[in-house]
Formats: sequence, structure tokens, C-alpha cells
Amino acid sequence: MKNTFLNGIFKENPTFVLFLGMCPTLAVTTAAINGIGMGLSTMAVLVCSNIFISLLRSFIPEKVRIAAYVVVIASFVTVVEMLMNAYVPALSKSLGLYIPLIVVNCIILGRAEAFASKNGPLKSAFDGLGMGLGFTCALTIIGSIREILGAGSIFGFSLFGESFQPMTIMILPPGAFLTLGIIVMVINIISQKKKKGESKIV
Amino acid sequence: MFRDLLIISIGAILVQNFVLVQFLGICPFLGVSKKVETATGMGFAVVFVMACASAITWVVQELLIALGIEYLQTIAFILVIAVLVQFVEMFLQKSVPSLYNSLGIYLPLITTNCAVLGVAIQNITKFGGLEYSFIKSVVYGTTAGIGFTLAIVLFAGVRERLESSNIPEFLKGMPITLITASLLSIAFMGFSGLSF
Repeated sequence: MKNTFLNGIFKENPTFVLFLGMCPTLAVTTAAINGIGMGLSTMAVLVCSNIFISLLRSFIPEKVRIAAYVVVIASFVTVVEMLMNAYVPALSKSLGLYIPLIVVNCIILGRAEAFASKNGPLKSAFDGLGMGLGFTCALTIIGSIREILGAGSIFGFSLFGESFQPMTIMILPPGAFLTLGIIVMVINIISQKKKKGESKIV
Repeated sequence: MFRDLLIISIGAILVQNFVLVQFLGICPFLGVSKKVETATGMGFAVVFVMACASAITWVVQELLIALGIEYLQTIAFILVIAVLVQFVEMFLQKSVPSLYNSLGIYLPLITTNCAVLGVAIQNITKFGGLEYSFIKSVVYGTTAGIGFTLAIVLFAGVRERLESSNIPEFLKGMPITLITASLLSIAFMGFSGLSF
């Protein structure tokens, strides 16, 4: 159970390792708070749909399973969309179009197909929680880097004072690609060094 | 009217490019852009589906409004798009087999392309309730698809060159791809000065 949970955060991190759900990752991470909001709402949908699909897995016929999964996911997305509209209208406005687009986030459909359709509801819930947390962490990291460099603040608090010249490019679209590219590069360097170290010991 | 449509088209293709500025349809953009040929195939399939989806979801939205159940928009749209892609696939297989063979594998992928659902929802928020909203929606859908094609074909051209160039080991694969996309996106930022 613990492995299922940790798997999604590190070893199979949906963003940095599997490159799933790229659209929201790049589009909404102009600020750290947006990253957290998007991550948590995706996680909510992911956990609910994983549990539901896992419960229904023996009733859904093989041939129409994808369509059935999409309907389940779309219903939960609608619920999340309405809740966000009611309780966090400011966040809901800044995420805008990308909330209904959670439906086509490949992480959710991917986990439904690869995990929830084969495992029990409790295990699926933990899988959803792990994957969702991994996604949330990744989005928050990207959002923080972009906000610090591009606006000189984090979670809306100013960091450097008046004299700071923000790198506006970081909160514009090119900055999203650049930040993710550099993060993946750093991960590559670290994992290559690890491999080299291991082979020396052998 | 014509002027409106021209502004919508230029906006969708260049200024608010779907992939490089709005980040819709990133998955196929990164996944199917290794060769110019396949990128072109994917691009045209998306143009076709987006144009059809814009027309049909407009009708569906009218129906939802008439029945007073607009909150089912997301579910209704995604189902319509899934069915549409299935129909397009069957239609092409029967009547234009040559096109079907060249697009074949990409067609089912389009259902999960967020650009299609994205354009359907944007049509409603942008043009809902306006005059000629049907024509505007279809034009927006088609030109947004053309914008997607333009971006993915350009990107595939760059990636083909990258294959044969000498890249540091730690940049190989995804990192250099993303940094290239970033540079392409900077180029498209230049169009943001284009206004009427």
C-alpha cells in the first residue's frame, strides 16, 4: 500500500517522469497558487474516479470501457467545477478553461485504464492519492520557480523589494517550456551521476 | 462580417496560437512531431475534427440551453467529440481509404486531444449569444486547427534537424525538445504585436 502511494510521487511522477497531463502543467503554472489549485482539483477528480471505476470494474463491459470511464470522469469534473465556482471563485476564474479540460487529462484516463480497472477500491484510492500528490508537487515546483523569477514573489508575497527587475518571459508562454525543460535536464544529470556512481562500485 | 472573420482567423492561427500560446494540444505536439510527414497527417486530421466538432457542439449547446441543462456541457461535449471521432474514422475507412491509411493511427488519439474540447468550450464563451455565432464558431474551429498544424509542422522540421546534431548527453530527449518548443514559442510571441 505504501509503495503504491509513493510510486506516484517519485518513481512514476506523472509530470517529470511520464510526461502526462502536459497541457495544464504548462498552461496554469504562472503562479504557485495556481499550480496548487490545479493539482488539488485534479487529485480530487483522480481519487474519486479511481474509486468509482474500481467499484464498477466488474460491471463495465470490455468494449465500451473507455466511453464509460470518460463519462465517470466528466461527471466528477463537473462536480469539482461547480464546487470551485461556488467556494473559490477567484481561483476558478484564473484557471478558467483548464478546469473543464481536466476531463481530457491523460493522467486520469491512464490511471483508470492501467490501475483502477484491475485493483480494489482502497488500493485504487491510494494510487490516485499518490499520483495526484506527485502531480500537485510538480505543478507547485514549476509554478514557484516561474513566479519567483517572473514576478519576484511567491504565493503573492513580494520577495526582493522594489529594485528587482522581474524576468517577465518566465510568466509568459515560452517560460513554461523553458522551466520544465531545465527541470527535466537537472533530473537527467542527477540520475546519470547516480548510475555512474553505481557502476564504479560494481 | 468578413472583417470579423479575418480577425478571428489571424488571431487563432498566429496571435493566440493554440499550441504555443494557449497550451492546448501539447500531448500530440510533443508526441507526434518526430517526422514532418506524420506531423502533417496529424495536423490535417485535427483541422477536420475541430471544424466538425465546432459545428456540432454549437447545435448541442443550443439544445442544452433549450432544455435548461447547461451544467451538463462538459459531459455532453466530450461524448459528442468521442462519437464524432469514431464516425469520422468509419467514414474515412469506407469512402476515402487512402486518406484513412495515412491518418489511421492518429484518429483515435484525437479524442483525448484537449484542443478539440478546448475549442468547443471557447466557442461558447467567446461567441455565445452573438450574431452569426455559428459561422464564427466554425471559422474559429477551423483556423485554430490550422494554427495547430502550423505549429506542429514547424516543430517537426526543427526536430528532424536535431536528430542529426550533436547534443550533450543530459539534454537528449525531452529537455532539448522542450527548450526548442520554448524558442519557437518566443518566435510566436512576436505576433502579439499584431492587432487591428
